[in-house]
Amino acid sequence: MTTTVFKKTRGLTDVPFTYCPGCTHGIIHRLVAEVLEELELLDTAVGIASVGCSVMSYEFFNCDMIQAAHGRAPAVATGVKRTHPDKTVFTYQGDGDMASIGAAEIVHAAHRSENITVIFVNNAIYGMTGGQMAPTTLPGHVTTTSPFGRDTTLQGEPIRMSEMLSTIPGSYYIERVTVIDPVSVRKAKTAIKKAFQAQKDKKGFSMIEVLSTCNVGWGVTPLDALKQIKNDMIPYYPLGVYKDKGANQ
Amino acid sequence: MAKQLMKGNEAIAKAAIVAGCRAYFGYPITPQNELCEYMAKYMRSSGGVFVQAESEVAAINMVYGAAASGALSMTSSSSPGIALKQEGISYCAGAELPALIVSVSRGGPGLGGILPSQGDYNQATRGGGNGDYHVPVFAPASIQEAASLVRKGLIVAAKYRNPVMVLADGVIGQMMEPVELDPNPIDIEAFPWAADGNSGVRPRNIVNSLHLDVDDLENHNKHLQAKYRAIEENETMWEEYKMDDAEYMFVAYGTPSRITKSAVDELRSEGVKVGLLRPISLWPFPYEVIHRFSKKMKFIFVAELSSGQMLVDVKLAVGYDTPVHFYGRMGGNIFEPLELVAEFKKHQEVLGQ
Repeated sequence: MTTTVFKKTRGLTDVPFTYCPGCTHGIIHRLVAEVLEELELLDTAVGIASVGCSVMSYEFFNCDMIQAAHGRAPAVATGVKRTHPDKTVFTYQGDGDMASIGAAEIVHAAHRSENITVIFVNNAIYGMTGGQMAPTTLPGHVTTTSPFGRDTTLQGEPIRMSEMLSTIPGSYYIERVTVIDPVSVRKAKTAIKKAFQAQKDKKGFSMIEVLSTCNVGWGVTPLDALKQIKNDMIPYYPLGVYKDKGANQ
Repeated sequence: MAKQLMKGNEAIAKAAIVAGCRAYFGYPITPQNELCEYMAKYMRSSGGVFVQAESEVAAINMVYGAAASGALSMTSSSSPGIALKQEGISYCAGAELPALIVSVSRGGPGLGGILPSQGDYNQATRGGGNGDYHVPVFAPASIQEAASLVRKGLIVAAKYRNPVMVLADGVIGQMMEPVELDPNPIDIEAFPWAADGNSGVRPRNIVNSLHLDVDDLENHNKHLQAKYRAIEENETMWEEYKMDDAEYMFVAYGTPSRITKSAVDELRSEGVKVGLLRPISLWPFPYEVIHRFSKKMKFIFVAELSSGQMLVDVKLAVGYDTPVHFYGRMGGNIFEPLELVAEFKKHQEVLGQ
């Protein structure tokens, strides 16, 4: 007798990922897809793909998908959700897309408490365009546009989106997670589920920030990239729940 | 619906709601504020959605999202705000989304001024968004026509899956005139391509403007161009005024066309056989009819509230065989009929007539 202990989620299509080997986008995709399936939201979901490495995510998530202009995914999601309040609407955005060019759109989607879920993949670099500095790039880190290392006197300190958005009254649930080992992957999935559940319960704006690797952009091996998240990123971007309006309810 | 006295901006808003537009996303800017305010007041009670966006950029992207999920939606703005919307308009064109954009234009460049201008003819008809795309642009000359063109714009947008612009100069936005609205919602079938969260009951839908494969992108562009040729064929609109026996032709659009009509009447009273051709659709532009008339004209006189932007299209239509003269005012100044008559006569004198 055979028992199925694991199978690929229906939330993903069979299109091969375009991500580099070692990149953790694939894990995050799977978690989002599994949650959509498990909460029975997949068939009524509309996902918004952004610009960056995850631009092709409209090929991967097995639900209705809309590809948005750079940084504008929260505005596009607003247009979808306001006209279709009973559908599940999520954006999948990178740190260049959200923290830089789309800073206004994300702030105001949270400010209006749009009942959407935002998956924010923070790998501290512009991956798709070849490894340029992002607002999230750590101090001293060498990128193609910070060839001498990020100089905080000229280029500022890295921006912490979860902390910033948690100060906005309209945000309902915000948590920062990572996917560097089995334990953190399981925690990430729980967080993503919480965010989509909040949307299902019509609670308002939810965002999960996922610290993710870009071993190619960072110029390290996949294994060292995982270590880099643990040793460099988590100290600057501590994991945890930053906003949970429902915590005392 | 009974005839009522309405401000242009409000008539445009009401016409859109009555026609069946159910989502409006906007941002305050003079001289279109009454449009945004009317939507704030009446859209929700009409069963629709109103959102005051954080910027014109966000507003057009909300339109993109609403349209992508199948809602008949619109935004409005004025010149500097329309500049900000150009990215989103290009994306709507690329992803083939129906949307209505109302531009109540003011003087520029930069912050310019808030009084009427036609300096945005190029912005509207050529656009500032990237890529080979077109947006049908309809330019009303009265409040009644503004209401009608809003309705027509929504129909054309839905029919061709393309953004449409109604370009009203500031006079149209701010003036009051009697207007009678068509009370019937426009007849639009549900959009089978919409990404509206129904992948459980049909194959999933994707709304997208990305085509990384070169042949795929070229084929997409060929498809768009074929659509634009059909729009040129079917949606070109103009008005002819006293053109039957005309020997001279004015070309003007929007509010200035009404001033030009008075100039035509004045010159006619003096025995000059002159008429007016008024483009109503600025893209597609009525090249053919202007070309046809131009062969019979002693000269053509273009009048605009700009330094001469439509003038270029008129010259393209006419070619080199007939002289094309121009008179324009800028900055919010509006010419008077006798100003046009005097300018017209200068060119007549040169001809020795």
